[in-house]
Amino acid sequence: MSFFSFGQSAEIDVVLNDAETRKKAEHKTEDGKKDKYFLFYDGETVSGKVNVTLKSPGKRLEHQGIKIEFVGQIELYYDRGNHHEFVSLVKDLARPGEITQSQTFDFEFTHVEKPYESYTGQNVKLRYFLRATVIRRLNDISKEMDIVVHTLSTYPELNSSIKMEVGIEDCLHIEFEYNKSKYHLKDVIVGKIYFLLVRIKIRHMEIDIIKRETTGTGPSVYHENDTIAKYEIMDGAPVRGESIPIRLFLAGYDLTPTMRDINKKFSVRYYLNLVLIDEEERRYFKQQEITLWRKGDVVRKSMSHQAAIASQRFEGSAASESALERAAREESG
Amino acid sequence: MTDSTVADTRRLNSKPQDLTDAYGPPSNFLEIDVFDPQIVGVGRTRYTTYEVRMRTNLPIFKLKDSCVRRRYSDFEWLKIELERDSKIVVPPLPGKALKRQLPFRGDEGLFDPSFIDERRSGLEQFINRIAGHPLAQNERCLHMFLQDEGIDRNYIPGKV
Repeated sequence: MSFFSFGQSAEIDVVLNDAETRKKAEHKTEDGKKDKYFLFYDGETVSGKVNVTLKSPGKRLEHQGIKIEFVGQIELYYDRGNHHEFVSLVKDLARPGEITQSQTFDFEFTHVEKPYESYTGQNVKLRYFLRATVIRRLNDISKEMDIVVHTLSTYPELNSSIKMEVGIEDCLHIEFEYNKSKYHLKDVIVGKIYFLLVRIKIRHMEIDIIKRETTGTGPSVYHENDTIAKYEIMDGAPVRGESIPIRLFLAGYDLTPTMRDINKKFSVRYYLNLVLIDEEERRYFKQQEITLWRKGDVVRKSMSHQAAIASQRFEGSAASESALERAAREESG
Repeated sequence: MTDSTVADTRRLNSKPQDLTDAYGPPSNFLEIDVFDPQIVGVGRTRYTTYEVRMRTNLPIFKLKDSCVRRRYSDFEWLKIELERDSKIVVPPLPGKALKRQLPFRGDEGLFDPSFIDERRSGLEQFINRIAGHPLAQNERCLHMFLQDEGIDRNYIPGKV
C-alpha cells in the first residue's frame, strides 16, 4: 500500500535480503482473495534494504527524516480507527536533511519477537508489516510491505482422547469418541460413534467443523460462528449396538491454529459438532471443542535452528529439548 | 522408529455388534394413520371425524396399538396445549377453511371429498411429526389425544 499523490517527487520501496530464498505462504485478504507473502517465524531476523528513488534526478528532496518500522498490530473491523500495536520497532535510516540522488539504506531488525500468528477473519485482522517512510512537512511518502507469520508448535505431551456418553432420556443414547483433543492442521480425526439406544428415526449423521471467532471484551463480546465443513459419516437408520467409524482429514479445509485471547483482543476456537438428523428434520447435536496447532514442516538445515527457537516459545523447555534434538537428528539423518 | 509423517488412521476399537441387536426389530417403530373420514350429525351442525390409528413399540406409549376418532377441533386443541406447555415449535395444521363454511358455494363446502382428503393428509403429517418429537412425547395431552377414548378438556396439564 503506497501513498501516491500528484507531483510525488520520490518513490520508496522495501526489498528483503533473503527475498530469493525465503518461502512464501498464502494468506487470505479481507475481501477473500488469496495472496502470497513472505513467511516468517518468531525470533527470525527481518533485514533488507530501503530504496528511495527520485523521480527527477537532480531535483533535491527535502525531508524531516527517513525511517523504517516493523509493526505487528490487531485491527478490529468495528473500530477501525484504533490499531492495537503489540510489536513496534523503529530504525532511523537518515536524519533530517535532503537527498540529491536515489539512495539505498540497509536495515536489520534482529531476532524480532512475533508472538502471534497472522490472522484475517470476519471481524478482526492481525497483521505484521514493514513500513518505510520519508517524513516531510506536508505529506509523508511511505510504503508498507505485509509479511505473514506462522506460529509453530510441537506434538503436545498430553493429548487425551475425547470420550463421552450423551443422549436424551429414553430416546437416544450414544457414546462418541475422538482419538485426540489436540490436532495439527494436517491431522486426521479418527473416532467412532456407538449407539446404545435408538428410539428415534435417524436419517443421517454428520460431523461439522465450526470456527468461532470472538472479538471484544466484557459486555460487548461478539461471537461469529462459521461452519467450515460438513462431513456426512452415516446415511440411514442405525440400531442399538452399531458402531460408526469417523475418519476426517483436516488438510482439505481452510483452518488456522486455535488462538486463545490474543493480546486480550480476540480468540479463534474450533469445535466439532456431531449432528444427527431424524426423519422429520429434527437435529440432535453435541458440540466439543478441539485444539488445533500448526506443525513445523521438515525444515532444511539452515532453517532448523530457527524453527527450533520458534517452537521453544510454545511448549516449554521439555518439548523444546526434544524439538532441538529432532532438528539435530533430521539434519544428520 | 515409527514414521511420524504418516498419520495413524486406524479405526478405534469397538465392541462387535450382537446379532440380536443387528437383526432384531428396530426400537423406533411409530406409525400413525389418519383415515376413514365420517360425517357425523345433521344439517348445520354436521362435522367430520377421522380415525387416528397408532402403532408403536416405543415404551413411553402405554398402548402399542390404539384407535380413536378425532375431529379437526381436537387437533387444534392439541396444538394449543403443546404450544403452551412444551418448548417445541409445533408444526402447522392444515387450514381452518372458514370460506368453505359460508353458504352458496358451488361445491359441498366443508364436506367436499377432495377437501376432506387434503385435510386428512395434512392432519396425518401433523400428528406424525408431533408424536415423533421426544419432548412432545412427555406431554399428557399427546397421550390423551392418541390413546384415550375421548378428550377431557378439563384435564390437568402435565408431563407423563
